[in-house]
Formats: sequence, structure tokens, C-alpha cells
Amino acid sequence: MSLAPATAGWTWRKPSVIPGFGLTLGFTLVYLTLIILIPLSALIWRSAALGWSDFFAIATSGRTLNALKISFGTAFAAAAVNVVFGTVVAWVLVRYKFPGRRVVDALVDLPFALPTAVAGIALTTLYAPKGWLGAPLAWLGVKVAYTPLGIVIALIFVGLPFVVRTVQPVMEEIDREVEEAAATLGANRFQTIAQVLLPGLAPAIITGFALAFARGVGEYGSVIFIAGNLPNVSEIAPLLIIIRLEEYDYPAATAIAAIMLVISFAMLLVINLLQSWSRRRYG
Amino acid sequence: MVDIVTHAPRATLTAASKANRKPLVSATSESRPWRYLLLAISFAFLGVFLVLPLVLVFMEAFRKGVEPFLETITEPDTVSAIRLTLTVAVIAVPLNLVFGIAAAWAIAKYEFKGKAFLTTLIDLPFSVSPVISGLVYVLLFGSSSLLGPFLKSYGIEVLFAVPGIVLATIFVTFPFVARELIPLMQEQGTGDEEAAISLGASGWQAFWYVTLPNIRWGLLYGVLLCNARAFGEFGAVSVVSGHIRGQTNTMPLHVEILYNEYNAVGAFAVASLLAGLALVTLVLKTLLEIRYGDELAGSRGH
Repeated sequence: MSLAPATAGWTWRKPSVIPGFGLTLGFTLVYLTLIILIPLSALIWRSAALGWSDFFAIATSGRTLNALKISFGTAFAAAAVNVVFGTVVAWVLVRYKFPGRRVVDALVDLPFALPTAVAGIALTTLYAPKGWLGAPLAWLGVKVAYTPLGIVIALIFVGLPFVVRTVQPVMEEIDREVEEAAATLGANRFQTIAQVLLPGLAPAIITGFALAFARGVGEYGSVIFIAGNLPNVSEIAPLLIIIRLEEYDYPAATAIAAIMLVISFAMLLVINLLQSWSRRRYG
Repeated sequence: MVDIVTHAPRATLTAASKANRKPLVSATSESRPWRYLLLAISFAFLGVFLVLPLVLVFMEAFRKGVEPFLETITEPDTVSAIRLTLTVAVIAVPLNLVFGIAAAWAIAKYEFKGKAFLTTLIDLPFSVSPVISGLVYVLLFGSSSLLGPFLKSYGIEVLFAVPGIVLATIFVTFPFVARELIPLMQEQGTGDEEAAISLGASGWQAFWYVTLPNIRWGLLYGVLLCNARAFGEFGAVSVVSGHIRGQTNTMPLHVEILYNEYNAVGAFAVASLLAGLALVTLVLKTLLEIRYGDELAGSRGH
């Protein structure tokens, strides 16, 4: 779109008549470096300074392993629940007309807007043994608050909008003719959904799962109130980082944080690959 | 009551055809029982997970009447927490706003190498746990770091003080404005600015009179989300704050302290203020989506 003639040879940017490239890119890079890159490299540098044997000892200690297992396990379970119900909610919001649809649609974003600490104490009070939901559940013999199940509940709350908001726009784009074609070819509604619609939605559903999962692994505020925080049972990895910090055990806190970062990035990478595979497979 | 969203233009339904219309059975929708079942599942799920906690916050806040509620929110510690939270948001949101505009301008208005990588870096804080976002500043400014003791010798406290809280908040709210503006400005292209400049406008004039009016609603949308997070951030702030009552306690941290002191009414009173802000945010956000939906490109989903 440039008016200036292209210069010969390698250029790292296309010329443009709009001024301000140096100023805006310069400010962006300086701000990004100061706020994000230098602090994050402090984490990498400090964990590298630990040395391999120390790092390995912290990483494989029972309490660290259990905390990581609990964080990733509960986040996985919550994201799986959200995939099922979030997809149903998105479908209902896209396809059905009912009074109050706007309100329900807006409400889905509540977990984005509500501070996590508020969600945490509300869910804990709700599921405590004498709470509105905790009491009937206790009567059924199910204990939610102060158990790993409570962590899953909190992470379902936090992750729900990620699935709905990723799947919803893709559902809105579905061409009705595809469904009509399936129907005229003799597919019943269930076959149309399972074999025609769901494969097309798979990339969006996987992305929603990944976002909810990544958020759940790192979540702290909404979880610590309801978790009970029993070491090796309901202690999440972010909490263990804070406990180590309060003990002035900086190496341990750094090592756990580094492990969490690496696993999170690795999982996001795997999920990105899955997604591009699924896009190639189903278009 | 439950209707299917059909694509048939409504105007074609005359009064006569409406009157003797048979129950709608469409090949591209579920049968009526299934529709009711899916609606019931959605309502039950959202009711249990979203509505109940929200209602509970306000019920608990006013459980013992208005008096204890007012008592909590006018208490000096609460007032100072509210003031600190406002201060932090007033610093963090405008900084990220300026950054968002600059980053979106650089990324949307020019073609250069490494653009995709830069966009990925801007999104980085979303994939980092809030606790780790706080931890990195502890490592950078803590007593065992290089910078911390150096700044301290000049009387500058970053950790367990307001600057640390501001930095942690900036970190976690970093991408919000940029993420709204980048897709929006990319969609709008460079034609308007090029026209303004060829007509003799300076760069600033082009930005002020052409770009800004084009992006104002998207900008407001991003600021709204950024602000909500800045008010509510808990994990990152918790790590760097030091929890000094009346000094380094933000509203979410104050909720935690009151709750851990078994002062449920007090905790929910402060929590209800934050929940009220969340509701206002949701209402404004929805109004923006309804009124200016087409001027908020790619705004759905975070």
C-alpha cells in the first residue's frame, strides 16, 4: 500500500507515508522490555543459577510433584467440564431465542469481570458444609469445600467464559446449508451434529479447552479459599510458590515457577499443533 | 416461548400465514423436547455457577442489615484499601492505554518483519500465572537481588510498597487495550490516514482527527476490561504487597484479611463493592456491544 518506490534488496519493513513508526515501535519495545521481558528473564536467570542438581531436587520433591499434579489435574478436569457445558451454553445462545437471552449472554462474562477473591469467598460460602449448596451435597455424602473437588468447582467458574467465547463466534458462522444438505441426504439430527457440525467446531473447542486449562493451572485467588490447602492433597502449585516465598526459600519458589512456565508453554505448543492439524483435517 | 432463530426474513410472514402456521419442525434444528432440555441444562449450569455466587455476595453483605455494611466500608482500613486500589488503577490503566495505542499503531499501520512474534510477546502475560507475575518482581527487586538494595540505598522501596503493587498490576493488565485495538486497527487499514496525510495533515493530526474517532469505542472497551482486572487483581498483588493493613492493602487483599478473621459480613461488604463494579462493567460492555458492535472488531472472547 506504499506510495514510495520499493528500495532494492532486503528491507525489514515496507516503506509507508504514515509517520510515527519509530516512535510507536520504540515505545512499544521499551515498555514491553521493562515491564515483561526483564522481569521474566529474571525468573529464567535465577532458576538457571540454581544449578541442575538443586533444581532437580526441588522439582522431584514429593510436595512439589503433588502440588503440580493437583494444579494440572484439577485444571484439566475443570476444562473438560467446561468444554461440555460451555459448548451447550454457546449453542443455546447462538441458536435459540428466549426471553432474557441478552442478559444470559452478558452474564457469561461475569468470571472475567468479578475479582477472583470475591468469587473465591462466594463459592466457599456456597459449598461450605452449611452453605446453600454445601448442605444438600453433604446430606448426599459429597464434600466439596476444602477438598480437590472444591478446586475443580472454582476452576469451572473461572474457565467457563473462555470456552463459550471461543466457540460462540464459530457457531455463528456455520452455514445452514451444510445442515440442510446433511438432512436431505438422510442424516438424522444427532448424526448431523456429531458428524457434520462438531468436526467443524473442533478447533474452536480445543482452543477454548486450552485457554480454560491454561488459566486454571495458574489460578490462585478463587482457589485458595475453597481448597483447604492441605499439603499433598489440596495444595495447588501457585500456593506452594507463595509458601516458599514466605519461608524466604527463593530458590524453591523460582524452581516451581520455572517448571510451571515450561509445562504451560509446552502444553500450549502441543495444543497449537493439534489445532493446526485439526484445521487441516477438517478445513 | 422457545423459538428457533430462523434465517427467513420476518417481513415475509404475513398475518395470514402467521395465523395458520403449524408448529415449526425444521430439519436444521433439534426437536422441541431436546431444545427444552438443552435450555434447562444451560440455565441450571449458569444458575449454579454464576448466578448463585453473585446473589450470595450481596445477600451475605447485607445479612445483618445495612448498619454493619456501612460500618465496614467506612472503617479506616477499608477506606485506605479503596484509596490504594483507585490509585493503582489510575496509574496502571492510562499507562497500558498509551502502550496499547502505540503497539496497535506500530503493528496495524506498518508491515515489518517479526510482527507476529511481537504480537505473541504482547499476549505473554495472559499465559503466566498471576502468582508468577508477582514473583518475577520479587526476584527483580527483592533483598537478594541486585536492584533492590541499590534502590533502597536511595530510599526507594519497590517491594511491599505501592510501586511494586502498581508494577504487578501493570504486568497482569498489560495486553488488554492492545488486544482490542490491534485487530480493530488492522481491519480499518491505512487508507484513512494516508488520505489525511496526502491532504496535508501532520501525523498527530491524522491520529487525533482520523484514527482516534475510528477506534474510540474499541478503546473504551479495552479500557473497561483493563480497569476491571486492575481493580480485582489478587494473586500478583498478593505476592508483592506485604499485606500491611492501611498501607499496602488493596480491596481484594482486604477481602481476604477480613474473611480470614472470620468477619464474613465485613469481607462480603467489601466484596459487594467489587461485585457491583463488575456488574457495572458488564452492563457498559454489553451496551457497547449492542450499540457499537461493528466498531468493536474481534472484541469477543479473551
